[in-house]
Amino acid sequence: MHELSVSSAIVDTALKHAAGRRISVVSLRLGKLRQVVPDSLSFYFEIVGRDTLCEGARLELELIDALMSCGSCGHEWDPAPQPEHGDVAGEFPGAGLTLPQFRCPECEAAGASVVRGDELEVESIEVEDEAETTPPEPSASRPVPSGPATRPWQDQGEVPTPVSNSGS
Amino acid sequence: MHRTKIKVAEDALDANTTIAHANRADFDRDGVAVVNLMSAPGAGKTTLLERALADRGETRVGVLEGDVQGSLDADRLSALHIPVVQLNTDGGFGGECHLDANMVRSAIPDLTLSEIDLLVIENVGNLVCPAEFRVGEDAKAMVCSVTEGEDKPLKYPLMFRTCEVVVVNKIDLLAHLDFDLDLLLHNIDAVNPGVRVLQTSARTGEGVDAFREWLLAVGKESPVAA
Repeated sequence: MHELSVSSAIVDTALKHAAGRRISVVSLRLGKLRQVVPDSLSFYFEIVGRDTLCEGARLELELIDALMSCGSCGHEWDPAPQPEHGDVAGEFPGAGLTLPQFRCPECEAAGASVVRGDELEVESIEVEDEAETTPPEPSASRPVPSGPATRPWQDQGEVPTPVSNSGS
Repeated sequence: MHRTKIKVAEDALDANTTIAHANRADFDRDGVAVVNLMSAPGAGKTTLLERALADRGETRVGVLEGDVQGSLDADRLSALHIPVVQLNTDGGFGGECHLDANMVRSAIPDLTLSEIDLLVIENVGNLVCPAEFRVGEDAKAMVCSVTEGEDKPLKYPLMFRTCEVVVVNKIDLLAHLDFDLDLLLHNIDAVNPGVRVLQTSARTGEGVDAFREWLLAVGKESPVAA
């Protein structure tokens, strides 16, 4: 699934900021509204990091509860499915469903905004201070490609030139 | 060995977002409205497009077709005499299950943007990953067919939450199914309160006019974009 793409992006971000130093920890803030499975992410992170300065680094995940804010009445709440939110048995007997609550539980308005819970952010990394004298090429040796073979945006600030990877 | 903690505070998908913005700039420069059309495999995206775009009037439409392999969908849409570019994601190990901004950017040179008013990007059939990757679109639409069950919005909330319209397709089959349409609509509203929902049958044509109107209005009304 896309945890492979996401892990690859996390490793790229970490390597960019490590600037040639070996990485020991990558701290990631992961909001509960994202559809990223933490175990899957850790699994692919280890694979994608092999043969790079991220090899063997520990991935620390800070899971962030979601918080919605109503644009109409200002009420704030966690939209995660709660038994008291999701009892639809009266209307749909036997449905046995627990619903998330994205409509404001106070005034029932739509259009609430997300205060927290959408994060997929590399918060910090820990590096060993001595730069490796011959750091391995991060993209050339990565065993599992998940997009273009080069990362032109590592040159900072440029609009990336696309690498065609289509079959046609 | 001394260690240093470095603050990064960077979105992991920042690179994709940067490219999505570059795509957006290219689309804006040529006045092209862009729709990212998503669904589970087999929900009816291509058939719906065939039906809706057949009566497109004066609007110049182009399609960017995303599939893991092959050009079956692109071939079908080419019969409408519109520019269609096929993107295959099967490079590498088994293929990407979604289109990302870089893949879309790689296809832009194959489209003559100055000769298109509306670009429909038909994403890879997948209810999970496409919702995570912006590609530079004005609006996202998804197709949810009645044969998929009522619980899909609860299982795949991100997909349903990130769309401006949900098209409930294959309604011609309702008489043959133990499917509770009201429950589906209830669940859709639970994850995306107030979202526009259309009901269509790409097979009979019922409701397709409304979907066509929505498509042709993207980028013209404000605000449509998420």
